[in-house]
Amino acid sequence: MSELRTHDGELASRYGEFGGRYVPETVIGALDELTEAYLRHREDPAFRAELDGLLDRYVGRPTPLYRAKGLEAAYGIGRVYLKREDLCHTGAHKINNALGQVLLASKMGKKRIIAETGAGQHGVATATAAALLGLDCCVYMGRVDMARQRLNVIRMRMLGAEVRPVDSGIGTLKDALNEAIRDWVTNVRDTHYVIGTAAGPAPYPEIVAELQSVIGDEAREQMLSEEGRLPGTVVACIGGGSNAIGIFRAFLADDGVALVGVEAGGEGIDSGRHGASLGHGQPGVLHGMYSYLLQTPDGQVTEPHSISAGLDYPGVGPEHSFLRDTGRVRYVSATDAEALTAFQACSRAEGIIPALESSHALALLAREGAELDRSGPVLVCLSGRGDKDVDAVGVALGLDD
Amino acid sequence: MTDGGRRIRAAFEDAGRPLFMPYVMGGYPDLDASAAHLAAAARHADLIELGIPFSDPLADGPTIQAAGQRALEAGAHPEDVIEMAAAVAGDTPVVLMTYVNIVLSAGPRAFMERAARAGVAGVILPDLPIDEGEDLRDQARRAGISVIPLAAPTTGDRRLAAIGERADGFVYCVAVTGVTGGEVQVDDELRGFLGRARAQIDAPLAVGFGIRTPAHVAAIGAIADGVIVASELIRRIGAAATPEAAEAEVEDFCAAAVEALRGLAPAAPSA
Repeated sequence: MSELRTHDGELASRYGEFGGRYVPETVIGALDELTEAYLRHREDPAFRAELDGLLDRYVGRPTPLYRAKGLEAAYGIGRVYLKREDLCHTGAHKINNALGQVLLASKMGKKRIIAETGAGQHGVATATAAALLGLDCCVYMGRVDMARQRLNVIRMRMLGAEVRPVDSGIGTLKDALNEAIRDWVTNVRDTHYVIGTAAGPAPYPEIVAELQSVIGDEAREQMLSEEGRLPGTVVACIGGGSNAIGIFRAFLADDGVALVGVEAGGEGIDSGRHGASLGHGQPGVLHGMYSYLLQTPDGQVTEPHSISAGLDYPGVGPEHSFLRDTGRVRYVSATDAEALTAFQACSRAEGIIPALESSHALALLAREGAELDRSGPVLVCLSGRGDKDVDAVGVALGLDD
Repeated sequence: MTDGGRRIRAAFEDAGRPLFMPYVMGGYPDLDASAAHLAAAARHADLIELGIPFSDPLADGPTIQAAGQRALEAGAHPEDVIEMAAAVAGDTPVVLMTYVNIVLSAGPRAFMERAARAGVAGVILPDLPIDEGEDLRDQARRAGISVIPLAAPTTGDRRLAAIGERADGFVYCVAVTGVTGGEVQVDDELRGFLGRARAQIDAPLAVGFGIRTPAHVAAIGAIADGVIVASELIRRIGAAATPEAAEAEVEDFCAAAVEALRGLAPAAPSA
């Protein structure tokens, strides 16, 4: 694995052949500056203490590891545990990354924060961190996503952020990322770009993975103390893949623990309307990184589809591409319909309304419950809560009369 | 230096004044029309930048984004655009402008060989900074194609020197901190950037991004070795009422740009 080296240390910039920095020359200096600042602050006890204090008392960490007996009964599995990232302040794991990056940006003297968002959870988390730390915040969001995640748009505005609609492409997450990168190229001197997932040009995938690895570090310890053993299987949903890499990293060296990433199967792989870049894409370059990508034979990036705005992305973080090719993680997909079924099952059996994104991970329980049960406890990353999805699910299930 | 790099360098020397490089997007609004624009531009240009549309052009502003989208909807394929170069490349060197995924998807070797067969001299890939793309660069070298490096106002002096070492024909200097299609300010900041670049780089410096009028062309020509105009030509093509009018817009603008450069000092001859 190659690394970005500075006088202070080093940070992974490639995962096997994946990753890299495929960006306009204009922002290369800013990526170097970010690498240097992150390495310096990561080792600084004062910075660490400030971030840990916020994670503890502001975000509400550690999040619980919850044994889901209702799901165990529903699917005939002996042990199912949910890592409750849905209980984080703002409702998803996104705040772990946003808070770390915005705190870093404030130490770097940046005055303005920009972000892209799909489901709105990363936008809300970034707007929250910017409000807390007193920085200006602008969030790019595709117009289609603004409609399907209306509540999060209102939340971001309440927090003082400007939400800029993106009309290019089909108005979803990919297009919001393009626009955020263009803003960054233009305002790079005083602006920090908070990428919301473990993707983009180096050092972003590594910084986001490190900030999210708190999920797996906690879950591993909680599992050992609760069960006296490691899980047999860890399951997480994958859009860009930040909650997944956050929980997987703690278990990568545990050969006995199966790791499964669930991508968006959309209307079914055969329909062509899906977001399964690891399962059905080819390696290529988008958003500054070399990774698996949904594209035409000409190399044009294709429009993905998922009922969940957070998984509606044609690319994926580069470390997942590496873990796919090495075989350490098994990547599968769940359709919109499977995710909706899992959404309802979790709501009814547990009284927990999961995000549509996380519902893709839960869908694996229905499909593979018996096989999963044979290898021991199943740990699912419940990456976010479903409050934001009430409109979309209400329409899909005809609950809104 | 590659064969392509030598032909590009010769174009700077043969101009006898600062070089003019207009941009034509292959396939916009359709392949035949863009071939006509290419021919019209070639009657005046010293070097031509021929764009291959990409779905997610990160370095481009709204004008080129929209044109690229239109070209893709009209069915433009990279190989069709590359073939277009052959019609003019004998008289005016052509550099392709696209994004790295288009090259990777074709396979760097196949892409570069196809480009060489069409007489292409170089490629500009705004999302391929000098530290990336080793295999792509090897394949370009083998095919005799120059990979043109870019420099930006935010590039530090040490990196400018490294960019200068990569130069093979010229260095593309981005005039604004931003994407294409804005409006350039010929101010101390730009002069300072070009001064720093000149101190570190021996190769000719061509400046692009935000150059919209013959007056801009003259002002940039006075401080650089070459002037690149892209979005403004696309805007004029888009605003023209008929295909003939669009072709005339390209021809007239290119003629006016060359006129604006007449009498200005050319790039220094190569050592």
